[in-house]
Amino acid sequence: MSGIPHDHYEPKTNGEKWLNSRLPIVGLIYDTIMIPTPKNLNWWWIWGIVLAFCLALQIVTGIVLVMHYTPHVDLAFASIEHIMRNVNGGYMLRYLHMNGASLFFVAVYIHIFRGLFYGSYKAPREITWIIGMLIYLMMMGTAFMGYVLPWGQMSFWGATVITGLFGAIPFVGDAIQTWLLGGPAVDNATLNRFFSLHYLLPFVIAALVIVHIWAFHTTGNNNPTGVDVRKGSKAEAEKDTLPFWPYFVIKDLFALAVILVVFWAVVGYMPNYLGHPDNYIEANPLVTPAHIVPEWYFLPFYAILRAFTGEVWVVQFASFITGGIIDAKFFGVIAMFGAILAMALAPWLDTSSVRSGKYRPMFKWWFYLLIIDFFALMWLGAMPAEEPYATFSLIASAYWFAYFFVILPILGVIEKPLAQPETIEEDFNAHYGKADADATPAE
Amino acid sequence: MSHAEDHEGTRRDFLYYVAGGAGVVATGAAVWPLVNQMNPSADVQALSSIRQDVSGVEPGTQLTVKWLGKPVFIRHRTGAEIQEAQQQDAEGVDALPDPLARNANLKPDAPATDANRVLPSPEGEAAGAWIVQMGVCTHLGCVPLGDAGDFGGWFCPCHGSHYDLAGRIRKGPAPENLPIPPVEWVDATTIKLG
Repeated sequence: MSGIPHDHYEPKTNGEKWLNSRLPIVGLIYDTIMIPTPKNLNWWWIWGIVLAFCLALQIVTGIVLVMHYTPHVDLAFASIEHIMRNVNGGYMLRYLHMNGASLFFVAVYIHIFRGLFYGSYKAPREITWIIGMLIYLMMMGTAFMGYVLPWGQMSFWGATVITGLFGAIPFVGDAIQTWLLGGPAVDNATLNRFFSLHYLLPFVIAALVIVHIWAFHTTGNNNPTGVDVRKGSKAEAEKDTLPFWPYFVIKDLFALAVILVVFWAVVGYMPNYLGHPDNYIEANPLVTPAHIVPEWYFLPFYAILRAFTGEVWVVQFASFITGGIIDAKFFGVIAMFGAILAMALAPWLDTSSVRSGKYRPMFKWWFYLLIIDFFALMWLGAMPAEEPYATFSLIASAYWFAYFFVILPILGVIEKPLAQPETIEEDFNAHYGKADADATPAE
Repeated sequence: MSHAEDHEGTRRDFLYYVAGGAGVVATGAAVWPLVNQMNPSADVQALSSIRQDVSGVEPGTQLTVKWLGKPVFIRHRTGAEIQEAQQQDAEGVDALPDPLARNANLKPDAPATDANRVLPSPEGEAAGAWIVQMGVCTHLGCVPLGDAGDFGGWFCPCHGSHYDLAGRIRKGPAPENLPIPPVEWVDATTIKLG
């Protein structure tokens, strides 16, 4: 592997040599877990491990839940109650799976915003970033379809609203929607295919995670300074890095343990806090709940979807120049997916040559505003579709797009960055003192 | 041997194109059944027409029935409600957010007058007494609530669309009037949907 120079696995015994010449798998694992990692990584870098844990948790709890679940409109809701009341420990497995999805999204949002602040998306890590965005999209698809499976009121109506988004596509929308649902409305065919895909997608995500790790192991990790690891020689690289095992594994596992304390408290004492009571009412196609709200992790983008109504001039203008092909409904759909696409395009929209937000005095404030904007959108997505929330949603949505398409390109030109440290070693010593500098890792 | 070298072989080039083309067609033919299996199955398509007895629906009330997996609103309007719905016609239907009737029983360009929205009345009843429409909000497919909203008709709680007494969109994000399905009287008290 190209990248940072480091020691590679050497088979010693005859058995190791025998295996290595046939399948170099031990070497692959060794190089992966011994990867030189910038030694100045801060606590924002622990969320990758949390995400890996969440994926494993969801797959394991999911597989055992499937042993008791029935994907049929007449039986699905009852089979969930069967899991909750009769299956040994079933309520715990289901609560872990439900709240595991929330932990997964907490982690992915922090992980994404970490990348946005420290410029982890910038060259040469664009592929890592794009793969990450694909994983995030797949996570949303998987979570959405999983939420339909209990066949409660929110399951049914959430599915109706979200598949309705595809119906907004001009000309072919109705055909696509019917094809997705397998009928004129959400029904048994829909439930069955969502179940099939909900089981499939986590494994696709697992494959993408491997590609994600492969990509950033090729370029090396970013770090809080954004300064590259010196790659001239092994000795030089070792001044900037420490091997992932054991240094970062132990640190990450400690962080994971702390996070799991909070997670376990939520699962044990308030397992339904993040859910909706309406989903404990069986799906009824003839009655819409008074207030359809998606799960919390979809709220920011749901707010953007709803913000662009027919009264907004941008929508009227888009409708005018396309001769009515783009109506308010389709515009909202474009805006919602566009909000995610904007993040994916960040590597090419950000014109600044400085990676880390630490050394960008103007960028910092716009970034903090983006975080506030994200939470504002999350709050607005849960509010009813009326004033003053509609106007606030529009302003907050506008800022989201402005950040990526206006502020990031302009800042790179007008901003005067602060001085960055020459090396990661210099930054590390400034924080932890020179004394540690010669405490080289035990060989 | 690299095939870049034997350029005279037009016969070989031809075989490459034929083999490649056949491969593309075969792949397409293999993928299509996998895509098409997701379209509505025969039993789903078979339920496309139902009959409904409406003799019990008193003026001022509404019956909701399920047709094609979706709710259909069958509303028996009172005289006052008919009048209120017709008032909009005098102001001109072109001013409405959606000026078209969206009535599957009429031509697609029929204007959204109250007369174009209602079901022709059976003998002995006032014109416009019955209106039958899909109970599916044209925004994102929620079921609107009856007797609600700013225009006395239907109100969608999901994203705040207001429909009037003829099911026409008046306010909110929905782009179109509530669609009217193919519907007709079979006898004096029974209607057929589809």
